[in-house]
Amino acid sequence: MEIFGIPSQALFGQLLIGLINGSFYALLSLGLAVIFGLLNIINFTHGAQYMLGAFVAYLGLQKLGMNYWVALAVTPILVGATGVLIERTMLKQLYKLDHLYGLLLTFGLALIIQGLFRHEFGSSGMPYPVPEVFKGAINTGFMFLPKYRAWVIVASLVVCLATWYVIERTKLGAYLRAATENPSLVQSFGINVPRMITLTYGFGVGLAALAGVMAAPIYQVNPTMGADLIIVVFAVVVIGGMGSIMGAIVTGFGLGLVEGLTKVFYPEASSTVIFVIMAIVLLIKPAGLFGTQK
Amino acid sequence: MKRKLLTIAAAAACAFGGAAQAQISDGTVKIGVLNDMSGLYSDITGPGSLLAARMAVEDYVKATGSKLKIEVIGADHQNKPDVGSNIARQWFDTDKVDMIADVPTSSVGLAVAAIAREKGKLHVNAGSATSDLTGKACNANTIHWAYDTYMLANGTGKAIVKNGGNTWFFLTADYAFGHALERDTEAVVTKNGGRVVGKVRTPFPTQDFSSFLLQAQASKAKIIGLANAGGDTTNSIKQAAEFGIVRGGQNLAGLLVFLPDVHSLGLNVAQGLMLTETFYWDLNDQTRAWSRRFASANNGKMPSMVQAGVYSSVLHYLKAVEAAKTDDGTKVAAKMKELPTDDPLFGKGIVRADGRKIHPAYLFEVKKPSESKGPYDYYKLAATIPANEAFRPLSESECPLVKK
Repeated sequence: MEIFGIPSQALFGQLLIGLINGSFYALLSLGLAVIFGLLNIINFTHGAQYMLGAFVAYLGLQKLGMNYWVALAVTPILVGATGVLIERTMLKQLYKLDHLYGLLLTFGLALIIQGLFRHEFGSSGMPYPVPEVFKGAINTGFMFLPKYRAWVIVASLVVCLATWYVIERTKLGAYLRAATENPSLVQSFGINVPRMITLTYGFGVGLAALAGVMAAPIYQVNPTMGADLIIVVFAVVVIGGMGSIMGAIVTGFGLGLVEGLTKVFYPEASSTVIFVIMAIVLLIKPAGLFGTQK
Repeated sequence: MKRKLLTIAAAAACAFGGAAQAQISDGTVKIGVLNDMSGLYSDITGPGSLLAARMAVEDYVKATGSKLKIEVIGADHQNKPDVGSNIARQWFDTDKVDMIADVPTSSVGLAVAAIAREKGKLHVNAGSATSDLTGKACNANTIHWAYDTYMLANGTGKAIVKNGGNTWFFLTADYAFGHALERDTEAVVTKNGGRVVGKVRTPFPTQDFSSFLLQAQASKAKIIGLANAGGDTTNSIKQAAEFGIVRGGQNLAGLLVFLPDVHSLGLNVAQGLMLTETFYWDLNDQTRAWSRRFASANNGKMPSMVQAGVYSSVLHYLKAVEAAKTDDGTKVAAKMKELPTDDPLFGKGIVRADGRKIHPAYLFEVKKPSESKGPYDYYKLAATIPANEAFRPLSESECPLVKK
C-alpha cells in the first residue's frame, strides 16, 4: 500500500523517527514551560544547560568511568544545582523587571558557557557510546528501530507525564501554581515561596540536563548542540502556549511528527516547517494552541 | 623649535620609507583569514587556520630575511554568505586588507571570490570545496588551493565504483558545496558504469539524519554517498552505525572527511572509511615536523588539510608579492600562476591558468582501532593520485580564463 507515493511501511518508520525527535522537543520545552509558567523568566540558557548535561555525562565517563545510568541520575542534579546558583545570585534580581531583562541575562550566560566549552573542546564534538543494553536494533517489520531510540521515547514520555501530574494534580503543584498567581498571599500561609521558585528553576534546568544525557549517545557531544536546538524548542513552546505544561508536551511530540513527515515529502523545508507553523499559530491564536490569554 | 624640526624629520623619514616600497599599498602586506571561528567547521579551519597563516609569515621572513611588513588578521563569517561578504568588503575597502585567505563554506567562498574580482584584490581559497571556484565562477583574482569537489569525486568516488559500489544514494547538504560535490561525484559514478538511484537534500546544518538514512536504506543502493562535511558528516556516520546501515550490506562513502572528523568520531565508528585528502600530517618527515610544531601551538590538535593549505597558500602568496614587487591583487595573482610552487606540505606544484593549484591527492583508508598507535594515527595510504590526474583537466574546464 502506498500513501502519496511513499510505501506505508516506510511512512510508519518516518513517523516513529519523528516521535523520537519529538521526545527531545517535549523534554526541553517542558522545562522551558515550567520555568516560564512559574518564574516568568524566558530561559535562553536552556540550550546551554542541555549541552552541559551531555558534557557532564561525557566527562564523567572519560574521567571517572561513570556509566550511562549513573550519569542519567547524577547529571540532572549537578546541572540543576548550577541552575539553583544562577537563580539565587542573578535571576532573583530580575523578577520585578520586564521579561526582556531575564531573556538578555540568560542569553548572555548561554553564549558565555558555550564559548568556554568551545574554547576547551573545539567544535567537532566528542563520541559517547550507546549503553551496552541498548546496543543493536529491533526489526519491527516496517523499520529497523535502534533499541536506544525506543528507550528515549519511553523515558521521555514517562518524565513528561510525571511532571505534568506533579504540577497539575498534586498539592505541591497546587502551591506552585498558587505562588505564581499571588506570591504574597501564598507566603502569608507560611509557605517559603522564594525557595519553591529556586527549586523550580533547578528542576527545569535538571530536565534540560536529562535531555542532554539522553541525547549524548545519538549526537556528537558538542558545545553548540544546544544552540541549534533551542530556537526550535522556543518555537515549540510558543506554539503550545507559553507556560502551558500539557501544551509543551503535546506540541513537542506533535511537531516532531510534522517535521518527520516534512523530511519525507520535502526535505529541504524540514528545518523551517516548525517556524512556518509558529507564524500561522501566532496569527490565528496569539496565546498558542493551549495557552490562555492573560 | 627643536621639536618642530624633529617632527619634520620624522615625517620625511616616513615619506622616504614609503617611497622605498612604493608598490606595497600603505607599506604593509595585510592578510585576512576569514573563516568559521565558532561553528561546525571551526576545528577544520577556524583559529587553526589563523595560526597556520601566522606560521607561514614567520617561516617566510625567517627563511628569506624579507623586509616586507606583513600583518595577519582573522574574522568569523559564521558560514553565512551575507556576513562573509560584509567583512570582505570592509576589509578591502577600509581595513586595507590585500588578500583574503581560507574561507570555508562554498557559498561564502563564491561570494568572496566575486568581491575580490570587483575590487581588484586577491582571494586565495583553501577552505571551500566547490570546483566552481575554478570552473564557471572562476576569475583572475581568485586562486583555489588545497582541494575541490572534482578531486574528491575523482578520488573516493572512482575508487568505490571500481570496487563494485555501482549503485548510489546521496545525502546532500543543501547549499552550493553539497550540490557541487553531488554533481561531480554523480558524473564520476555514471562515467565509470555506476548508477544513482536516489538523493535527498538535507538542510544545513542538520543534527538528526535518521529520517534521511531510512530513505537511503529503503533505496537499496549499495553505496550511500555523504555529500556533506564537518558536523553533518560525523552525525550521519554515527547515526548510520546506529541504524545498522553497514551491517545491512550497504556502505557509506564519506566524500569529504577531514582528520578532525575522524578524531571526533573515534576509530570504532570510522574504521574502514575510504576518503581522499591532499594532506595528512604523517606523510613524510617534512609534514611530520611541521605538523608537530603546529600541534604544539594548537592545543595538541594536528592540522587539517585546510589548515595546511592556508599555510602553503600564504607562503606562495608572499613569494609572489616579493617577486612582483607589489601587492596589487591582479598582478600578484598572475605572478602566483607564473612561479612554480614548492613547500614542505604539498611538495612541488603549479597554479594553473584557471586558478587551480595542482598537487597530488591521496586515497586513504581509516585504520582499525588495533592498527592505530594512538591519537591522530588514523590513516593508511591506499593509493596516490598523481598531480596531473588529481584535478579536473583544463580541457574540461568551463572557466573563461582558459583559452581553448
